[in-house]
Amino acid sequence: MADMKDTILEYVKEEYLEDEDEEIGYNTPLISGGIVDSFSMVSLKKFLETKYSISIPDEKASPEAFDTVNSIVELVNEFLKD
Amino acid sequence: MAYSDKVREIYKEQLKDIENAGIFKQERFIHSTQAADIEVEYPAGSSLKKVINMCANNYLGLSSHPEVVKAAHEGLDSRGYGMSSVRFICGTQDIHNELEKKVSEFLGTENTILFPSCMDANAGVFEAILGSEDVMISDRLVHASIIDGIRLCSAERDTFKHSNMEHLEKKLQLHADKRLKVVITDGVFSMDGDCAKLDEMVALCAKYDAMLFVDESHASGFIGKTGRGTHEKYGVLGKIDIITTTFGKALGGASGGCVSGRKELVEICRQKARPYLFSNTIAPVVVSGVLKVLDILSRSTERRDKLEKNTEYWRKGLTEAGFVLKEGDTPIVPVMLFNAKLAQDVSRDLYEEGIYAIGFFFPVVSKGQARIRTQISAGHEIHHLDKALVAFNKVGKKYDILGKTKQAILDRYGQ
Repeated sequence: MADMKDTILEYVKEEYLEDEDEEIGYNTPLISGGIVDSFSMVSLKKFLETKYSISIPDEKASPEAFDTVNSIVELVNEFLKD
Repeated sequence: MAYSDKVREIYKEQLKDIENAGIFKQERFIHSTQAADIEVEYPAGSSLKKVINMCANNYLGLSSHPEVVKAAHEGLDSRGYGMSSVRFICGTQDIHNELEKKVSEFLGTENTILFPSCMDANAGVFEAILGSEDVMISDRLVHASIIDGIRLCSAERDTFKHSNMEHLEKKLQLHADKRLKVVITDGVFSMDGDCAKLDEMVALCAKYDAMLFVDESHASGFIGKTGRGTHEKYGVLGKIDIITTTFGKALGGASGGCVSGRKELVEICRQKARPYLFSNTIAPVVVSGVLKVLDILSRSTERRDKLEKNTEYWRKGLTEAGFVLKEGDTPIVPVMLFNAKLAQDVSRDLYEEGIYAIGFFFPVVSKGQARIRTQISAGHEIHHLDKALVAFNKVGKKYDILGKTKQAILDRYGQ
């Protein structure tokens, strides 16, 4: 679980942060905080699907579900259980 | 009546929220033509104030140029005021066709289609040329009109970090399986004034079989040795698949825009682009004016050369004064203040000193990136720039920001 959190956090930092941006944590609002825009969510979704061999339907990939690393982990776990 | 008190209250609340957030936009009434010297009524009802305009997109100073005004008058006399039609019914005159040819020659493209505005061109082009099997990969700082165009299109969306070619390459690899791929960028970015690395982007697009889209609204007419645009500056004339640009900035400043590029794509837009099909033709008076603008720019580079010199002078003056600028060499020169309130205060004080320059802050730019965006024109003379530098110095001293780093300004004023 902790591994997954860190893996996703690392990906988000690498993919979305610019050098001068501040550090982010598990609960930093990504979409509502303006770090990830809705167009950029697609690569995050693709990353999760490939990394964890899951398929997230578009209606589940909502801005709310993708808003923090913690909520993303919850979403991934939901599909890992299936 | 459906506009009940309850409905009215909902909108009043929204307006109050905008005001409370400090982002309510007040318009200033200009009583003169658009030029370096303008007369402004602000706030509404106050007496007219003569100020130097440092925030117009009038890069080449052609908005009120006598030759352009004369050509517009002649167009008005010979082709009338309006066409009362979209292009494909009975709204296409010979001069519309002529302008499309002239724009293609100027930009070095295969063909061109006019739109009522570049906003419309950007809103319509992606939906017309792409489908759900395709992907659009856009720079994260592209203009709002491109974002709207992307939203209207069913192709998959992805982005790359601003001007980051490694990241773009990763995205091209990620989407290698798509039928059509379009990489989307501004030529010159409107808020920072930096240029897209079009030479590298052309090479990447060739490597991964992607088309390249460039919005040249802040470039057409003055970037590159003969003002053709960012593609000229980077030596890739003829290699951009889709260019959009506006006639509302350097190219006369009235209105109108276009999609210019590969002939098949232009033809698809003519058949399918909704803002083209369902909106009126550009007025003959504007078409006549833009034809004259292209004529002026094709016979001499004098105006873009003057703009380049003015820009160098302005950047040097501000740098010597000790302001933090965004680096670059375009006539968009952002003076970085970082704090939103400071940007508003500096803008207000500059106005008092007779300098019209606007503060930009979140959500227009990122938090902590507030600034005064100055825009230089070939219509500026050195005495305009000198007067503006005196004012910037005075206001900079007042707020104690001259010679201060970003961190020092942030420490004092906060984000």
